[in-house]
Amino acid sequence: MRAWLRLLLGGAALAVTLPGCFSSNKNQGERLYVQHCSGCHGEQGQGLARLIPPLAGADYLAKHRAELPCLLRNGQNEPIVVNGIGYNHIMPGNKALSPAQLTNLLNYIESHWGNQSVPRTIREVQQQLEACK
Amino acid sequence: MFKRLFLLPLLAASFFTACTGPGAETARLPILGERDVRPRADGGPADTVFAKVPAFKLTNQNGEVITNQTFAGRAYVADFFFSTCPGICPKMQGELLKVYNQFAKDQRVTFLSHTIDPAHDTIPVLMDYAQRLGVTDASRWQFATTGGHGEPSAKDTVFQLARAYFTAAEPDKDSPGGFAHNGTFALVDDQGHIRGLYDSLNAKEVERLLAELPILLAEIDSRKQAVARK
Repeated sequence: MRAWLRLLLGGAALAVTLPGCFSSNKNQGERLYVQHCSGCHGEQGQGLARLIPPLAGADYLAKHRAELPCLLRNGQNEPIVVNGIGYNHIMPGNKALSPAQLTNLLNYIESHWGNQSVPRTIREVQQQLEACK
Repeated sequence: MFKRLFLLPLLAASFFTACTGPGAETARLPILGERDVRPRADGGPADTVFAKVPAFKLTNQNGEVITNQTFAGRAYVADFFFSTCPGICPKMQGELLKVYNQFAKDQRVTFLSHTIDPAHDTIPVLMDYAQRLGVTDASRWQFATTGGHGEPSAKDTVFQLARAYFTAAEPDKDSPGGFAHNGTFALVDDQGHIRGLYDSLNAKEVERLLAELPILLAEIDSRKQAVARK
């Protein structure tokens, strides 16, 4: 009887502490997108006319896959061509995002609005960040 | 079962009132800003003078000079932006583009975006910006600078003007792009009074602008009809 009670108590304690082991990173990519990117690139990645390039269905994402972590971290201020249209608008970087956050953010962008890319790993993103110019 | 029938007249009544209710009285937008009460020389009842957008002289994306006179007799929506703004401007201008697209063919309302970075946003830069946004007719949506002719006080002038439109704009090293500003849309009537202010970053506020613009246009129409009758 006592052993049974202990088991129950132990189980209850585990049930309380276990969720703490998992971080609340679910949907982090989407939250980061809404917070840092959607103002310019739009809630559906649609961009803005010929001022801000779209992310939805953008050939740029696949063509420059390895450069994207550095692009997000350092921003850019040069003309770029997306889906055959030239854009020339400054994009601010965000140095505060960790490799894990950048991974989640890119995986979100690259798997929504018709985009379909192989998911990135944090390790892959970390290596690409080390090679930033 | 029959007990509920007594609700029928009530239901019928509610249908009737729904038809005559709100729409019947014409809504009217407030005139914003400080008002001045001036005693009349002849001792009659004092005049109330409503605030107006101060006199301005700008240059648009075509290099044409535009003043208050350019907008007289029509409504316009004004905002303040700069072309290299990495912060709120794309969102703000995107929202104004939505409003513009709904009223693109309505000659009773025009649009006016002022650059708060006249040193960078020269006339060719403004032209490029307008075209990238899809605006081909400057008379429909003016992208204007206070520094079209190299005026040294261009920056001060536009900041002062922004204040008159209830928009906060000032240089700020810590803000993205070097300027701090909020994304206010000001709705101005045919006589230069500001009739509504809307936060462009709030979807509900943009909806309110879309709902209130026709109210102002109706008021302007009735004013013109009254003048025509005289």
